[in-house]
Amino acid sequence: MAGKTLYDKLWDDHLVKQRDDGSALIYIDRQLLHEVTSPQAFEGLRLAGRKPWRIDANIATPDHNVPTTDRDRGVEGIVDPVSRIQVETLDKNCDEFGILEFKIKDQRQGIVHVIGPEQGATLPGMSIVCGDSHTSTHGAFGCLAHGIGTSEVEHVLATQCLVQQKMKNMLVKVNGKLGPGVTGKDVVLAIIGKIGTAGGTGHAIEFGGEAIQGLSMEGRMTICNMSIEAGARVGMVAVDDTTIEYVRNRPFGPKGGQWDAAVEYWRTLHSDSDAVFDKVVELEGSEIQPQVSWGTSPEMVAGIDGKVPDPEQEADPIKREGIVRALKYMGLQPNMAITDIKLDRVFIGSCTNSRIEDLREAAAVVKGRKVSPILKQAMVVPGSGLVKAQAEQEGLDKIFIEAGLEWRDPGCSMCLAMNADKLGQGEHCASTSNRNFEGRQGFGGRTHLVSPAMAAAAAVTGHFVDVRELMN
Amino acid sequence: MRALKQHQGVVAPMDRSNVDTDMIIPKQFLKSIKRTGFGPNLFDELRYMDEGKPDQDCSTRPINPDFVLNQDRYKNASVLLARRNFGCGSSREHAPWALEDFGFRVIIAPSFADIFYNNCFKNGLLPIVLPEEIVDRLFREVEQSEGYQLAVDLEARTVTTPSGETFTFEVDDFRRHCLLNGLDDIGVTLEDAELIRSYEDSRRKTAPWLFGAEG
Repeated sequence: MAGKTLYDKLWDDHLVKQRDDGSALIYIDRQLLHEVTSPQAFEGLRLAGRKPWRIDANIATPDHNVPTTDRDRGVEGIVDPVSRIQVETLDKNCDEFGILEFKIKDQRQGIVHVIGPEQGATLPGMSIVCGDSHTSTHGAFGCLAHGIGTSEVEHVLATQCLVQQKMKNMLVKVNGKLGPGVTGKDVVLAIIGKIGTAGGTGHAIEFGGEAIQGLSMEGRMTICNMSIEAGARVGMVAVDDTTIEYVRNRPFGPKGGQWDAAVEYWRTLHSDSDAVFDKVVELEGSEIQPQVSWGTSPEMVAGIDGKVPDPEQEADPIKREGIVRALKYMGLQPNMAITDIKLDRVFIGSCTNSRIEDLREAAAVVKGRKVSPILKQAMVVPGSGLVKAQAEQEGLDKIFIEAGLEWRDPGCSMCLAMNADKLGQGEHCASTSNRNFEGRQGFGGRTHLVSPAMAAAAAVTGHFVDVRELMN
Repeated sequence: MRALKQHQGVVAPMDRSNVDTDMIIPKQFLKSIKRTGFGPNLFDELRYMDEGKPDQDCSTRPINPDFVLNQDRYKNASVLLARRNFGCGSSREHAPWALEDFGFRVIIAPSFADIFYNNCFKNGLLPIVLPEEIVDRLFREVEQSEGYQLAVDLEARTVTTPSGETFTFEVDDFRRHCLLNGLDDIGVTLEDAELIRSYEDSRRKTAPWLFGAEG
């Protein structure tokens, strides 16, 4: 019999019941809650007279609606009354059901997918869910992490289980080493460009190979985060020393004798050498260029040395129509150089790229330079209060401010523009976020997905530029 | 949840691939703490010429006459015909809530994004996967014939055209059972409460750090 994949192992370890009809009950170790996708779930519990199954498995924080300025005013500082009600509703629900919440003024508040790992609330081998598709982020720790809908949030609150069909196994292997200036973000954009936004549908993706093993946990989180942009609900990386060192001494991690037992178990969380995958895709790390998205789907990417595509060259009529539509929305011409795309704003943040390493990479590029006068705004939004504090301790805030970037408070911010941070109609933005869909960052806004280093390089030049030209 | 056994209704064609859930219901409407009332803002940025705001009266907004759901012949549609990878992106269940609130009961496409597909079944909405060449043909037939309807039978797993042609589709047994009977799947899971407790007991022994570790 063939060996097991990492996904097989995680599945088996969380299987409560395999039903005859092919569905299964999977036990959930951790649920992360935020204000947007939980109110209807709590309301559902109340209407049915149900209680949470295991209160200590849940951790909550407001992130999508929170302002990134004036945070000392707490909830009162949320100008939009509809946003404020949503954050207040999360507070009320967590208080009523006794769920731990890092409230808006707590330094531990931040984007759910940043604070889980930061607190050690995300541990290797866990099954993790959240009513947010970027929950796949946590798979970087060798976790089974799914994004779910609100009905499933309620289901997990009430039963501690998720009804699932087992997915297929897919391996995305990135061989060799990455070149300088090429980051986890470029790797995942290149992967999505290659396999498409539905390339991982129905699959759990394991990311492996030398280039992935060589990444920090931040880089791995960026890659797993965008698994969903390749269609996969689940993305994973095997546990190794990098994982274990990151988890060590985190507040919610195992203590004392339990630490050694946990590490012994975590060391088993990798695919067996004879495991068989349903689908394997390989990329060469050395061939990956810094990436920039030009269209309205994350698969619409090009290397920095590339061009905006010409729809006439696309044979598939549905794809051709998609390119025509995207170019119209983005206001771009076929065959123009990526480096000729002019920008209006730069956003460095989101659950994809707002961790300390991301901020260090961006700061290294802008240090001693100034934001281009062409830009209306360049902003940095750290992923959590603790990331912000760490960055300030390292003096990164001063580098950003001196260069002319705004230094904000933590939250999802302009990734999806549910708070006051948004693009104006027709504006082009170099963004370290995860989605370039129409209207995502504001009505009529035009998003270009890039790494933090590439966003920083764009900030100081006003257009896209190969960050490697600015290094050293 | 509303059960769905059979359904027949007017078909509206949504002729673009990779329709994401941001497009189905833009973020500003996610601020609601209710499950209902999202219908008027379904496809808001395509449907209206201005930027929509929560709790706004949509009846006086400038509409985009080119958008399919604004055309008289599709106004009462309850079956949405769509392209590849429908519902990709965000996990927001507000997307099926908006489709259902508008009046859709069935969506037919060559493929769906996983989370959206799953969310539909929780809300009395049936996503049906049919091969691309059949979907192509249905697009042509809808275009050619005003008032074009399809009949769907979930029990039999069939879609039938006005000319009587029938296509079968796959759907897994558990989801089908829940939708046919309008079942609340939390209730179904809680029938296994003892199994869940015994899983927890054994897991607590092998991985105690997963239980009750506090920061």
